[in-house]
Amino acid sequence: MAEVPEPTHRRRSHAGTRDLERYAGLFAERTTVMRSSAMRDLMAITARPEVISLAGGLPDTSTFPPQSFAAQMTRIAQESAAKALQYGPTEGFEETKDCILEVMGAEGMLPDPDDIIVTTGGQQAIDLVCKTLIDPGDVVICEAPTYPGAIPTLCSYQADVVQVECDEDGMQVEALEQLLDELRAEGRRPKFIYSVPSFQNPAGVTMSLPRRTRLVELARSQELLVVEDNPYGLLRYGGEPMPPLYQLDGGDFVIYLGTFSKILSPGIRLGWAVAPPPVMEKIVLGKQAADLCTSTLTQYFVREYFAERRWQRYVDDLVDIYRGRRDTMVEALRTHFPAEATWTEPEGGLFIWATLPDYIDTSDLLAKALRADVAFVPGQAAYVDGRGAHSMRLNFSGVDDEEIREGVRRIGKVIAEQVELYGTLTGEHRVPEPAAEPQPNVVPFRKAEEA
Amino acid sequence: MKVAVLKGGRSLERGVSLRSGARVEDALERLGHEVLAIDVGPDLVKRLVAERPDVAFVAMHGVGGEDGTVQELLEILGIPFTGPGAAACARCMDKVQAKDAIEEAGLPTPHWFAFNQTAFREFGAADALGRLEETLGFPLVVKPSSGGSSLGVKFARSAGEVPEALVSAFSYDDRVLLERFVDGRELAVSVLGDEPLPVVEAILLEGDRYDFEARYEIGRTRFACPAELSAEEERAVTEAALATYRALGCTGFARIDLILGDDGPWLLEANAIPGLTDTSLLPQAAEAAGLSFEQLVERILDLALEPAAA
Repeated sequence: MAEVPEPTHRRRSHAGTRDLERYAGLFAERTTVMRSSAMRDLMAITARPEVISLAGGLPDTSTFPPQSFAAQMTRIAQESAAKALQYGPTEGFEETKDCILEVMGAEGMLPDPDDIIVTTGGQQAIDLVCKTLIDPGDVVICEAPTYPGAIPTLCSYQADVVQVECDEDGMQVEALEQLLDELRAEGRRPKFIYSVPSFQNPAGVTMSLPRRTRLVELARSQELLVVEDNPYGLLRYGGEPMPPLYQLDGGDFVIYLGTFSKILSPGIRLGWAVAPPPVMEKIVLGKQAADLCTSTLTQYFVREYFAERRWQRYVDDLVDIYRGRRDTMVEALRTHFPAEATWTEPEGGLFIWATLPDYIDTSDLLAKALRADVAFVPGQAAYVDGRGAHSMRLNFSGVDDEEIREGVRRIGKVIAEQVELYGTLTGEHRVPEPAAEPQPNVVPFRKAEEA
Repeated sequence: MKVAVLKGGRSLERGVSLRSGARVEDALERLGHEVLAIDVGPDLVKRLVAERPDVAFVAMHGVGGEDGTVQELLEILGIPFTGPGAAACARCMDKVQAKDAIEEAGLPTPHWFAFNQTAFREFGAADALGRLEETLGFPLVVKPSSGGSSLGVKFARSAGEVPEALVSAFSYDDRVLLERFVDGRELAVSVLGDEPLPVVEAILLEGDRYDFEARYEIGRTRFACPAELSAEEERAVTEAALATYRALGCTGFARIDLILGDDGPWLLEANAIPGLTDTSLLPQAAEAAGLSFEQLVERILDLALEPAAA
C-alpha cells in the first residue's frame, strides 16, 4: 500500500496563498465591502483571557446537562448511525420541523410544515433571504440600531440599507411610514423590512403591540415583505408575551426566522425560516446551492432532545439564570454608570443598550476600556452610517454575576474619567456621581436629532 | 537563515500586526529561510534566548513593538533586527518628540501644542484653549501623541468640538497634540535603506475634503502609487521625507506621512514600522519601484544585517 507522506510543515504548503496581488483581479465587487476595519481590529483583542468581555452574544451552554447530551448521542449512535451520518433533504427532516412547530407553538404560531426550511443557524436564514431577494442597490429597511451580524450579510449582497430609529417600543413605525412614502416618491420599493421585534439585538427593546399591528397592516396593504428575526422570543424575564408579527399576519407577508441557538445550543448550528410557498421555493434552491442540507447529525440530536420532553424546562432554567444576570447588570449600571448615561432595561433577550453623554465616542472608549481589561460592542457596529457613536451593547447572558459586576464597574470607571475630563475641559467641572436612587423610568434612547 | 518574526503583542494594532507578520512569514519561507513565528508575550526573551535566531523581523505595530521597547530588548540580546533602532522607534512613536526633531532639522511641520492630562486636570489648561485655538485656527487636528494608525485622530471644526475631540484622543494616550490643519494632498513616502520609494497619495473618493471621517472609512479613500506629481513636487517631497528619516535617526525602513500644500510639503509624522499587509502602503510603494514582496522582505533583512545598521 502506498504510504501517504507525513506533512512536514503545515504552513509551508500555504506559502504564497496569502498574497493579495495573486488574486486581487479575481475578486467579485461585493468583496470590497467585506474588508476589515479598525474597529474589527479592536474587537479582535477583546478575546484576551484576562479581558471580561461583555461584547459577546453567547448563551451560557455550561448549563446544559452533559449526561443528557451523552445519552442522546449514544442513542443516535446505537439506533440511527447510518442515517445520522448520511445527507438529508434540503428542506430538513420532518421530525426537525415537528420540533420547530413545538417551539413556534409555544409563542402561538402554527405554520404549515411545508413552509419551513431547516437552516444552518439563524444566520444562514438571513443569508438565504438576502440571496433570494436582493439585487445590488436594492433598498432594505432595518432598525436603528440593528443586529450587527446582519450588516455584513446585507452589505455582501450590496443592499442599500436604510435604518429607521427605535425607541423603547421598538422600531418607530410612524417613521417607517414616512420613509416608505419618501421611497415611493423616488420610485423605489424596499425588498424587505428586517426587524428583531422581541428583545432586540442590540437594543434590548420590544416592539409594542400597536406598532406590531400597524407594521403588519402596512406590509399587507403595500404588499411589502417583513423579515421577522425572533431568536429570543422565549427568553422572557418579565412583562406580557407579545404576539409575533408572523402570527398577526398569518404568514402572507412575514418571513419568519427562528433558531435553536438561544434555547438549546449555538454549536449545533440549527435555525429555520418560514416563508410563503413561492418564496420558500427560491429559498430552497438557494439552500441547495449553498450547502445541500443542514447537518443531519445535529438534526437527529434535536429530535432526540425534544423526545425527552424537557426542552421547555431547560428554557425555563435559562430564563431564571438570565433574569438574575439582567438584574445584576441593571443594578451594576445604576451603581457604576454616570448620571448622564441611559440604558434599556430589557424584558428578555441577551443585551442591554447603554447610551452615554454625546461627547463620549464609544469606539475610542473601547481602547481605554481594553486597557482596563473589559470589552463591549461600540454602538457604531449596529449602524451602517456611522451613527451610534455614543452607545454600547452589553451582554449579560454569557458571563456570571461576578464578572458582570466587575465588568460594569471597570467600564463605569473609564467613563467617569472621561466625564470628569470633559468637565475640566469645558470648565463645567462636572464630577460624576453615581445615581443616588435607582431611576425607575430610564429613557433608553436619545431623540433622533440628538443621537 | 533562522529568522524570528515578532508579531501580535498586546497593542491596539494587534490585528494588523498579525496580518503583517503572517505575510512576512510566507515570504521568508518562499525565500528559503527557517521561520520562527512569535506572537509576542511574556515568554519573548526566554524564547529568543532558547532559539537564538540569526535575525529578528519585527512586524509589530503600536505600543510595545513600534515604540522601541522590543527593539531595546533585541539590542540587549545582541540579535540584529529589521527596521529602525530603539531610539529612533521611540522618537517616531512619540509625535511630540518627532515634531521637535523635524523642526530642529529645519523642516516644516504644522504648528502644534501638546498637553498631558495633568495639565487639564490639575493646572487648568482648559483656560488656555481659546488662545491656542486662535493661533491654530479651525479646523484643527487633535491626536494622541503615540500610536501609529489613525485611532483617536479627530478634527474639530469649531471651539465647541475641541473638548469632545480631546476626550477621544485622551482615550489612547495621556498626552495629546492639537495641530494646525494643513490643506493639501495627503502623501506617504516610504524609505527603504537610504532610498525613497515612489510616493503614495491617499485620494478621497467622494464627499468634500472637510468630511474628515471619510478619510478613515474603508472604501472611501483610494491610494494612487506613484502619485501624480510634477518633477519639482516629487523632488521636494522625497527630499523632505528623506531629511525627516535622517533627522529621526531611522535605519532599515520607515514611512513618512506628509501634506503637500500650496506652499510645499508639511511633515506630519513618521511610522517606524509601517504595515506590511496586502493593503499597506510600503509594499505598494515597493511594488511601484519594481520590488516584489519577497524582494522587499529580503532587502529589509539585508539592511538589518548590514554592519553599519547596528
